[in-house]
Amino acid sequence: MKVLRLDKADLERWFVNWAKTREVYGPLRQSSSDSKSISVNKSYTDWAILKDGKFPELGTGLPKSPIKKFFFPQPETLFTCSKRKGDPDAFVFKEPENRDNARKVLVGVRPCDARSVELNNLPFEKDPYFQANRAKTAIVGFTCRDRCQTCFCKEVGGSPVGTEGMDIAVTQLDDFYMAEVITEKGEELVQEGGGASEASGEEISRLKESKAQVESLFSSMSDPAQALEAMKAKDLFALYNAPFWSQLADSCINCGICTFLCPTCYCFDIQDEVVKGTIRRIRYYDSCMFPLFTLQASGHNPRGQKVQRVRNRFMHKFKYFPDRFGPFSCVGCGRCIRECPVNIDIREVLKDLLAVE
Amino acid sequence: MSTTNSTITEDIRAKAKQLLSSGEVAAFLGFTTGTLPMTMRPFVARRPEDAERLVWNSFCVMNLANYLPDLLKSVEPPRGPKDPPPEGPLPKVGVLATGCWSRNIVVQIQENQVQRDRLVILGIGSRGMVDRKKVLAQVDGREVWTSEEGEHSLVIEGPGFKKEIQRWDVVRDNCQTCIHPNPVIYDYQVGQPVSPREVKDRFRQVNEIEAMSSEERWSWFQEEISSCIRCYACRNACPLCYCPTCFVDDSRPQWVGKSIDLADTSIFHILRAYHCAGRCTDCGACESACPMGIHMRLFTKKLEKDVLELYGTEAGMDPDVPLPLTTYKEDDPQNFLITEAVGQTSEAGEGVKP
Ligand code: SF4
Ligand code: SF4
Ligand code: SF4
Ligand code: SF4
Ligand code: SF4
Repeated sequence: MKVLRLDKADLERWFVNWAKTREVYGPLRQSSSDSKSISVNKSYTDWAILKDGKFPELGTGLPKSPIKKFFFPQPETLFTCSKRKGDPDAFVFKEPENRDNARKVLVGVRPCDARSVELNNLPFEKDPYFQANRAKTAIVGFTCRDRCQTCFCKEVGGSPVGTEGMDIAVTQLDDFYMAEVITEKGEELVQEGGGASEASGEEISRLKESKAQVESLFSSMSDPAQALEAMKAKDLFALYNAPFWSQLADSCINCGICTFLCPTCYCFDIQDEVVKGTIRRIRYYDSCMFPLFTLQASGHNPRGQKVQRVRNRFMHKFKYFPDRFGPFSCVGCGRCIRECPVNIDIREVLKDLLAVE
Repeated sequence: MSTTNSTITEDIRAKAKQLLSSGEVAAFLGFTTGTLPMTMRPFVARRPEDAERLVWNSFCVMNLANYLPDLLKSVEPPRGPKDPPPEGPLPKVGVLATGCWSRNIVVQIQENQVQRDRLVILGIGSRGMVDRKKVLAQVDGREVWTSEEGEHSLVIEGPGFKKEIQRWDVVRDNCQTCIHPNPVIYDYQVGQPVSPREVKDRFRQVNEIEAMSSEERWSWFQEEISSCIRCYACRNACPLCYCPTCFVDDSRPQWVGKSIDLADTSIFHILRAYHCAGRCTDCGACESACPMGIHMRLFTKKLEKDVLELYGTEAGMDPDVPLPLTTYKEDDPQNFLITEAVGQTSEAGEGVKP
């Protein structure tokens, strides 16, 4: 694998050069323009176009939203068709005119978020929309140098310095950067960016050292492989009937925060919207926390109670998904913990699940 | 912990323990600490020993009234949907209530969602709750590892910083303009009643928005909601939103689109606000729950102001005064129905302009 050494100016030049043919996104501070007395609370970063080589703001933890919207947009138009009388093309499904076909580069993606694309790829393996979005999107990841209180990537099978899902993995070493070029897409970006030198053997060993040091910040975390095997071995009904679900439901308000902001939640619903004689079939995010999620046409709802919905999120991530696809459906980004208004902590739930006999 | 908070916490624990051990209540609803600083977890104690976990501090921002209808149902003896209610009194639930929460309980009583005689209310005079997002804004969005609350200050610590903040500076907007911090109904008082705050103009933010031209106001509204992810945390945190099927979930007819298209999001926010008219107590739970920092509370605040000006009432102040929008009187004010002659001022017809 090719490893390059870059200065900040080199990276900035890359961003400028990429922006000539692609949309370049990175986490930026969301400023609120209202100057009135209405207090400005938006102290978070979120994904935005990086203009003029602007450097992504990576200092304050993960951006508010995950990168799934670039692969699984909210909403996504699947097709359109006319329903106008006399239109010879009436009810002929067409590729939507405004399909976003721009090639994109996501800069400053953390290892957990990059890994989420690989995990979502399992259920979406045959999904043409996800795959098309994936083909036109490149991920320039930045490995972590620190951890937030809510980070637990290591506990669910990831790593703070992991490169899974990335096309290029950038690591900051003091005042310069190292770039590991992982895929062909990454190689293409390097060509377009231009002018970076290969790293020396000494620099490469510094990269390794630095990564090992960051990894050691997570050394207290339990072994993910063991947890995964334990969960797969457990009896589904024992987990399902565990006593702690009702306590979680006592606190949970059944909102969509933890699932919508989760990089690995991928549930959607489909609807036809009709505007001025044109039907647009869209898919949009759904959440197992919502009563509508499993409501049947008969009126019956197999998950009609809050406790059943609360249970499903964790059972899906830690039992159903691994049983079907292998890994946990969680990358440990901690967004659901940080953003939950009632502090339901998925790490506690995982611990409780692992304790079920 | 500040002395005020620790005294209140001790009182709550003692009272909850007594209520649970004596069997007077089947469950007690309060708060406990979770895994992160500055976010409290609503918590139901069901055994006397659970009472030890109850905690009170300035981060108890979720409105406990929100949990009451379901909690009351959960303590009833199980029965099928068609079975008649059991004979005799149903089990009771204990709950904490500040000024606004107690007013929400009054509204729920008036709307037949909860029964007064099934509640044991521990009233707390509120010093104003702290807005976690305001604290984060003070440290530039950096992570906060710990927060220690003193009487009038907070000491917060995170990566490379330790900072003392004046508590009042980070108190939620709704609490800063609250003039009813003491509960309007309760069975026991916990801690001391607080002296009502001097609030110069509690509708200051609404007035500022009203002063805008309708174009400015519309663009302010659109910008405010543009980052909404339709997670419905604002709705689900609200004790007024107990409808079994919310209008956003209706499919026959479907009132509003489901995605984050601005037109759909606008309808969601406008309708949600209107459903709260004359009922909202400005408890701020919606705004506290929102992950995106949207100030949807201002929409209901405007309606609170209108209802006060038109009907002279505030929601939930008195169980014997009916809610203005669920009663009809011959002399009800009609001003909101009648628009000024169209074309005379630029503001004409604004009520219907999307
Ligand atoms: S969870 Fe791991 S990969 Fe994600 S930001 Fe935290 S340390 Fe980095
Ligand atoms: S964010 Fe918290 S309150 Fe909302 S559904 Fe998830 S666990 Fe429940
Ligand atoms: S479940 Fe929570 S921690 Fe895991 S990936 Fe989703 S948001 Fe991140
Ligand atoms: S079932 Fe729930 S937890 Fe699983 S992916 Fe869907 S929304 Fe997320
Ligand atoms: S809580 Fe915030 S993001 Fe969620 S629906 Fe309400 S306004 Fe939108």
